[in-house]
Amino acid sequence: MNTATVTDSSVLLRRISDVLFGRPRLLLFLLLAPPLIWLGVVYLGSLLALLLHSFYSIDEFSGFIVYEFTLSTYAELLRLSNMDVILRSLTMAVAVTLGCAALAFPISYYAARYARGKWKALFYLLVMLPLWSSYLVKVYAWKLILAKEGIVSWIAGQLHLTWALEALLSIPVIGGPSLSFSSIGTFLVFCYVWLPYMILPTQAALERVPGNLIEASADLGAVPAQTFRTVILPLALPGLIAGSIFTFSLTLGDYIIPQIIGNSSYFLGQAVYTLQGTAGNIPLAAAFTVVPIIIMLIYLSIAKRMGAFDAL
Amino acid sequence: MTTAVSFQRASRFFGQVRAVDDVSLDIAEGEFFAMLGPSGSGKTTCLRLIAGFEQPSSGHIEIFGATAEGVPPYRRNVNTVFQDYALFPHMTVLENVGYGLMVKGIKKAERDAKAEEALALVALPAYGGRRPSQLSGGQRQRVALARALVNKPKVLLLDEPLGALDLKLREQMQVELKTLQRNLGITFVFVTHDQGEALSMADRVAIFNQGKIVQVGTPEDIYERPQTRFVADFVGSSNVLSPALTKAAGGPEKWSSLRPEKIHLLRKGKLAPASAMAAIVTIKAVHYQGASTRLNTITADGNQINVTAPSALGRFSEGEALTLHWPASAFHVMAGEA
Repeated sequence: MNTATVTDSSVLLRRISDVLFGRPRLLLFLLLAPPLIWLGVVYLGSLLALLLHSFYSIDEFSGFIVYEFTLSTYAELLRLSNMDVILRSLTMAVAVTLGCAALAFPISYYAARYARGKWKALFYLLVMLPLWSSYLVKVYAWKLILAKEGIVSWIAGQLHLTWALEALLSIPVIGGPSLSFSSIGTFLVFCYVWLPYMILPTQAALERVPGNLIEASADLGAVPAQTFRTVILPLALPGLIAGSIFTFSLTLGDYIIPQIIGNSSYFLGQAVYTLQGTAGNIPLAAAFTVVPIIIMLIYLSIAKRMGAFDAL
Repeated sequence: MTTAVSFQRASRFFGQVRAVDDVSLDIAEGEFFAMLGPSGSGKTTCLRLIAGFEQPSSGHIEIFGATAEGVPPYRRNVNTVFQDYALFPHMTVLENVGYGLMVKGIKKAERDAKAEEALALVALPAYGGRRPSQLSGGQRQRVALARALVNKPKVLLLDEPLGALDLKLREQMQVELKTLQRNLGITFVFVTHDQGEALSMADRVAIFNQGKIVQVGTPEDIYERPQTRFVADFVGSSNVLSPALTKAAGGPEKWSSLRPEKIHLLRKGKLAPASAMAAIVTIKAVHYQGASTRLNTITADGNQINVTAPSALGRFSEGEALTLHWPASAFHVMAGEA
């Protein structure tokens, strides 16, 4: 060996490697410490502080926070106007999740089972492309697309389908004067914005389903619809659940899309935003943020009971 | 005898690759038929043509007299045991075995009873509640077998089913598969690249090379009477002799094979019987295989001869001189070689 080329730094590096090689747990600790400090202290800490605040209340007269343990803030959540916000957000989150799943599944299935080489690269590019541009730009673009003078109404007019669009918009509650001022519009934009978050985990799950399971199913006499229901869907379920966690919680927490597109009725995110900002009611804002956390916990326990994680 | 599967000039091309090239073949009902060949020789594609996962590019395939082209796998009375078993990971063993009955709409009580019966047939009772991931390779193999057999197929296709098992288990399964096939009377089509497996289990063997069948026959036919150099070499690593060599060694001037175990050997100094052909050789390499020892030897004029010697003859060492001799009847002339 040529000792002249061995520098001090490489000796030091080798010595560190030797120490770490014999102590894999030390290496693991060193690698995990920074993210654990970040997640444990910064994230969980602030979450706990938030939880704590939801058990305080606000003095309605002075507007100051009363630092005494009380459930009155949660009782306030049950007020009709607040329940309205929760139910509306929940319905929208469920609808968006189902919509995204329906749109994402065929795309993911194609990408996982048929696309190869450059087509697969193109798939990733097209799925990720919307994530490269600003969220606000996309939402405002959709406002124009869905507006009364926008391209959707124009196409409907060209196809002599204006009557169908008007029939759709005249549906009570979800309709409105135009797509961009209706819940249907809010739903469409939510679906568009969160679609990549559903496609990617679903595609990953489908990719892991071995092709010979599908052949085995057909071999045993299952028609394609049965194979889909009994083999493909159950095995893709963990991916769909992972995707739905994204679409569901992102919809529940979003406060920008319903503000720009829709009939200006409040969603959870907007309620939190207004309460902690202009209204200064931190305890009620905190109580509102606990709602999606509880909904997610219920959702995950149902998913677990349905066997969504059995194949993991 | 009824023909179970019939290939009539069937081909399957993938682009420029001729995976199966103009194959004609009849497999009789109740036969244990092996498709033997190196990897990429087209044997698995042939199996997939019978299962219905592939369609022939040209030619015709019949299963029990009915045209198979255009019939999807789920409408064929044929079941497959896949190479890596392809058990459904999200189902229990019992659900896996009962799957074929479930998709046919058979009630749960009846299908569980039949699945239990099939599991008992492959000596795996009381495993129904487990998941495939909790089973060993050999157990998974039996589950895959039970899952196929429960449907009472007219033809059972086995795609290298023993490939992933260790030697001991493989030998045990060979015996069990053979017994099972005899008892059930189902036509078995068995794909393997292991010549020992094919010879010991099958009633007839088809040897595949480059998408074509080069020889079909009983194991004895294939082993004793190979028609081409490829078959002689692939089945049991024979000595393949050119016409000139055959003549020089005392045979006719034709391509021939000389099985290593038909060659007798004498250690240093002993003379061969006068009636026999003989050669004096030097050992180049020794491969100890337990009961026997394979010797790669070379003659003075540079021709290689492989010999199998019983290990009871003692230890051999490289460089040792031997006298080889064989009867004139030991040669087999290969009709398939010009």
